[in-house]
Amino acid sequence: MTLDARIPSGPIEQAWDKARFDMKLVNPANKRKHSLIVVGSGLAGASASASLGELGYKVKCFCFQDSPRRAHSIAAQGGINAAKNYPNDGESIYRLFYDTVKGGDFRAREANIYRLAQISVQIIDQCVAQGVPFAREYGGALANRSFGGAQVSRTFYARGQTGQQLLLGAYQALERQVHAGTVTMIPRTEMLDLIVIDGQARGIVARNLVTGDLSVHIADAVILASGGYGNVYYLSTNAKGSNVTASWRAYKRGALFANPCFTQIHPTCIPVSGDYQSKLTLMSESLRNDGRIWVPKTKGDQRSPNEIPEDERDYYLERRYPSFGNLVPRDVASRNAKAVCDEGRGVGKTGLGVYLDFSDAINRLGEKTIRERYGNLFDMYQRITDENPYKVPMRIYPAMHYTMGGLWVDYQLQSTVPGLFVLGEANFSDHGANRLGASALMQGLSDGYFVIPYTVGNYLATNKFKKVDELHSEVHSVVASVQQKTDKLLSIRGKRTVDSFHRELGKIVWDYCGMARTAEGLESAIQQIRTLREEFWQNVTVPGSGYDLNQSLEKAGRVADFFELAELMCIDARERNESCGGHFREEYQTPDGEAKRDDEHYSYVAAWGYRGPGSPPELTKEPLEFHYVHPSQRSYK
Amino acid sequence: MKLKLKIWRQNTRKEPGTFISYTMDNVDPEMSMLECLDVLNETLTEKGQEPVAFEHDCREGICGSCGFMINGVAHGPERATTVCQLTMRHFKDGQELVIEPWRAAAFPSIKDLIVDRRAFDHIIESGGYISVSTGQAPDGNTHLVGKEIADRAMDAAACIGCGACVAACPNASAALFTGAKITHLGILPQGKPERDRRALSMVAQMNAEPFGSCTNIGECTAACPKEIPLEVIATMNRDYLYASCSKREDAAATIAPVAEYSANRR
Amino acid sequence: MSATAVGPRQNRAVTFWQSTNGKKVVMAVTGAMMFLFVIGHLLGNLQVFEGPAKINGYSHFLHTIGEVLWIVRITLIVAIILHITATVQLALRSKKARPIGYSRKEAINSSYASRTMYWSGPIVLAFIIFHLLQFTAGYIHPEAAFVEGDVYHNLVSGFSVWWVSAWYIFAITLLGFHLRHGLWSMFQSVGLAHPRHTLVLKNLALLIATLIVLGYISIPISVLLGIVK
Repeated sequence: MTLDARIPSGPIEQAWDKARFDMKLVNPANKRKHSLIVVGSGLAGASASASLGELGYKVKCFCFQDSPRRAHSIAAQGGINAAKNYPNDGESIYRLFYDTVKGGDFRAREANIYRLAQISVQIIDQCVAQGVPFAREYGGALANRSFGGAQVSRTFYARGQTGQQLLLGAYQALERQVHAGTVTMIPRTEMLDLIVIDGQARGIVARNLVTGDLSVHIADAVILASGGYGNVYYLSTNAKGSNVTASWRAYKRGALFANPCFTQIHPTCIPVSGDYQSKLTLMSESLRNDGRIWVPKTKGDQRSPNEIPEDERDYYLERRYPSFGNLVPRDVASRNAKAVCDEGRGVGKTGLGVYLDFSDAINRLGEKTIRERYGNLFDMYQRITDENPYKVPMRIYPAMHYTMGGLWVDYQLQSTVPGLFVLGEANFSDHGANRLGASALMQGLSDGYFVIPYTVGNYLATNKFKKVDELHSEVHSVVASVQQKTDKLLSIRGKRTVDSFHRELGKIVWDYCGMARTAEGLESAIQQIRTLREEFWQNVTVPGSGYDLNQSLEKAGRVADFFELAELMCIDARERNESCGGHFREEYQTPDGEAKRDDEHYSYVAAWGYRGPGSPPELTKEPLEFHYVHPSQRSYK
Repeated sequence: MKLKLKIWRQNTRKEPGTFISYTMDNVDPEMSMLECLDVLNETLTEKGQEPVAFEHDCREGICGSCGFMINGVAHGPERATTVCQLTMRHFKDGQELVIEPWRAAAFPSIKDLIVDRRAFDHIIESGGYISVSTGQAPDGNTHLVGKEIADRAMDAAACIGCGACVAACPNASAALFTGAKITHLGILPQGKPERDRRALSMVAQMNAEPFGSCTNIGECTAACPKEIPLEVIATMNRDYLYASCSKREDAAATIAPVAEYSANRR
Repeated sequence: MSATAVGPRQNRAVTFWQSTNGKKVVMAVTGAMMFLFVIGHLLGNLQVFEGPAKINGYSHFLHTIGEVLWIVRITLIVAIILHITATVQLALRSKKARPIGYSRKEAINSSYASRTMYWSGPIVLAFIIFHLLQFTAGYIHPEAAFVEGDVYHNLVSGFSVWWVSAWYIFAITLLGFHLRHGLWSMFQSVGLAHPRHTLVLKNLALLIATLIVLGYISIPISVLLGIVK
C-alpha cells in the first residue's frame, strides 16, 4: 500500500489556496441532502459541526457526555497560539510554522503545519467575534504572552481557562445550529463501530448510554473528532472518559493508525499521592515562566525545601540549558525530571517529584504580581495538596498529557477509508513527535472551523452515494459484532474489576513506553500486555446489564480497546530505532543524554494497518520531505 | 480515617430511590471525594454488586460533569470547589456523609447520583450565543474591549454548567446560570447587537423549563464552584426589562422541555 | 432533537407578567410603593408624640382630601393584590420545581430574613387587616370605645391593651425583616446592581428597616410605659 498525502504542488505559501481552488463545490441547494456524522464535541467536533451546519449540511453530532460542553478540550489552561504579531516582536506565519516543525522534531508534514500557521490568524478573529473573553490590555487590545518556551509572545489566553472559553464558543455556535435545525445533537451516546460499505465510510453504530440501546446512523461521510488516547496510561491529565474506542474501531475497519508511540508527557503536574489516584492534575506550563525548577544536590535529602541552602540546590534545567533554562520544550523538561528522580534526588513522599520554586519571582516581583498571574493555579494546587505555594515550593512531576499519534490522514484530513475524516487530537497530522504548548487548541479549531468545511465538500461533490439503509447486510453484521462484544463483556463475571486491569495496563505502558524506552523493555511490555489482556477476557467482572446506564460496561469496552492499542504503541516504539521528541529510546542518545534522531532511516510517518486478530499489524511508511525547514539537531542549550 | 457514606441509590427514573449506608475504613485524607467513591465502587464491584453511578469526567473542576449534595450542601463544605477537587481531609474521622443527587424538576434523575441537565443546553440553544458564522469575523482588535469589561465578561463566562446553583436554590431556579451567559455576551461589544433578543429568548426558555423563580437570596452564588457573582442575575433582569419595553418582535418561541431518553431500538 | 413550539402572538404585557422575571419586577415596584406608604404612615403616626391636637388635625386633614386619599388607598390595594398574586404564583411554581426535597439541606449564604419572606409576608398581611379593622374601621377595639376622628384616643386606648401592643410589635418586627431583604431585593429584581453598591445597599436596607421598626414600636412602647397617655 502506498499513501498519498495529497499535498498540493507548488510553493508552500500558496498550497492551501491552491488546494481550496482545486476542490469541487457542492451546490448550495444540494447541501441539505447530504448527511454527515460528527463523533465528538470538543474543539474540533463542535467547531466542525457548527461550521458544517452553517453551510447547510444535515449534521448529527455525538458525544458520550451529558452535554457537548463537557468535552475535555475544556480543561486546556494555557492558551492558543496565533501568528498575529500584535506585540510587534518578530512573529510571522513563517516563524510559527518554523517553530512548530522544529518543535515536532521533524516528524510532521510541512504543508499541514504551514496551513495551520496561516489559519491560526483567522481562528483568533473567529473566537473574538463569538464573544470569547480573551485577556485584554487596558487599552482594549488583545493581550499576548510568551508560552512554552517560545521566543515571541504569540499566545492568546483567557485567564487559566482558555480551553474552556474556546470550547464554550464552539459549543455556543453548535447550539445555534441545533436551534436552526441543521445539527442534531445526540449526547450520552457512544460510537461503538464504523460502517464501511463498498469501501466508503457510511455510518456508525452507537450505544445510548442511558438505555443501552444500539442504534444505526447512516450518512454520506463520517468525521471523527474523538480526541486522544492518553488514558491508555490510566494515570494521565486526560478526562476519565477520554478513550480511543472510536478511533480504534475505525482502525479495525481499515483506517491506518499513525505514529501511535508519539505521546507527550507534560512536565508540570501535581505528583501522585497514593494508590487510589484516579487522574493527574496539570499545572499550566505558564508556571515555568516565573518558577525555577530544582532538586537537592545530594541523594535522599529529607530536609524540607526551605531548609536547603542555595548552594545545595541543583537548578538542573538552568545548569544544562543555559539559554532556555526552565523554558525548554516539554519533552526535554520531562525527561530531565525523570533523570534526576532516577538518580534518587526526587522529592516528596514517593521520591517522584521536583520543586517548582517561586520564591525568587516573589522576591523580585512581589506576591501581588504573582497572585495576579497565577492566583487560580496556586489556589488549585493548595486545594489539592494542602500546601501553600507562596511559602513552600510546589512539587511537580511529569504526567501523560497529549498524544501526537492518531489516525493517519492526508492533507484533506481524510483517513485511508474514503469518507472517514479525522480531526483534532484524534488524527496524527500536525505535531510530529512533540507538540508545542498552546498548539493543540489551534489545531483543533483549525481543523474544525476552516479545513473540514472545504474538504468534506470536495469529497461529497466528487463521489457518488448509493442509497443505504439499516437493512443492508453489512449494517447487520456490524451491529451483530458490537452486540456480541457487549454480551461477551457482561458474561465473563470474573473476579477483577475493570479499573484494576486498567491500572495495571497503564503501569506497564508508563514503565516501558513512557518517558524512556528500550527495545528490550518494549519486547517485555508486549508480552506482559498480551498476558494481561488474556486474563482480562477471562477474569474481568462487569456487574449490571446492558440495558440501562452501566458505567462499568462503558469502561470495560474502552479498556478492551486500550489493551490492543497499547500493544500497537509498543510495536511502533520498538520499530522506531531513534529518539525524537516525546519518543526517547535510551539506546539512541547523544553523549550528553539528548535525543538522537536518525533522519536517514526514520524520516517517515509510521502508519499501521490492521490485519485481523492475532496477525501482526502492517507497516506503511509515508516519507517526510523537508523543503523549507531543514532538519537539525534541536538545541536549547 | 473512617467514614460512613449514606448514598442515594435509584436504579432508574421510574423506580423509587432510597438511601443505603456504606462504611469505609480506609479513607486517605489526600483522596478526592470522587476517588473515595471509586474505592467504594471497587469494593462493591468485587462483591458483584452494582457500583454507585455518578457523573464525572475531567476531575479538574472545569468540565462541570460532577456534583452532588454532601450533608445538604452542593459540592460539599469547601467554597469554590467541585466534588472532584474536594479532598477528604475536610471531613472528620467517623463522620457521616449524606450524599444525594441534585434535586429539581428540571433535572430529572437518571440513576443514583446522575441527573439529566439538558435543560441548560436548551437555555443556551435558545440564544446563548453571538450569531456569527465561521468566516464572518473581522480582525480580533476591531472591537476594543476595555480590560474591566473583559474581566467582567470572563467572571460570568467562567460558569461550568454543573447545576449546583439550581441544586442549592430553595426554589430550584436557574437564574444564576442564565444570567451568567446573558451577562457574558451582553456586556461585550460583539454581543451588543443581539442583547435584547438574547435576553428575551433565553429568559423565555428558562421559564419554559420547570425551574423555580429567583428570590434574590444568594444561595446559588455561594454554592457556585466558580463563584459567579449575584450581579449577573441583576444584569439579566435589567436586560429583560429593557428588552420587554423596547423590542418590537413577538414573543420568543421556546423549545419543549426535556423529554425521556429515546428508547428507539434498532 | 427538540421540538420548537411557536407560541401564539401575545400581548407584551401578558408575556412580561407570565415570566418569573416580570413578576419579580412587579413585586419590586409594588413593594416600593408599599414601602413609601410605610414611611409616610410612620411620619404621620409619630405626630402622636406632639400631642392629641396635632395628630387629630393631621387625620382631619387627610379626610378633607378624600379623593386623593382614595386614589392612594386604591393604588395601595392594587399593589398589595399584585404583590401577593405574584408571590403566590411564584411560590407555587417553586414548589413544583423541586417535587422531591432533600433529606438534608443547609443554608450557607442567605440571610434569615431572606429565607423567611414567604411567612413574614402573610403574617404582616394578617396584621394589616387586623390593624385596619382596629384603627380605621373600629370593628375590633377591645377594652375601650372607638371614637371616630379621635385618633389620639383610639391609639392610646388600643395600645394600652398589652396583647394588642405585643402583636403590633411582633408584626412590625417581621415587617422589618421583610424590608431588610425586600429593600435590597427590589433593586436586584429591576436590574440595578453593582458590586460596589451592593454592600452599601444591603447595609442601608438593614438600617432603614431597623429605623422603621424602632419608629413604629416606639408608639406602643411609649403608651405602655405611660409616656404617651
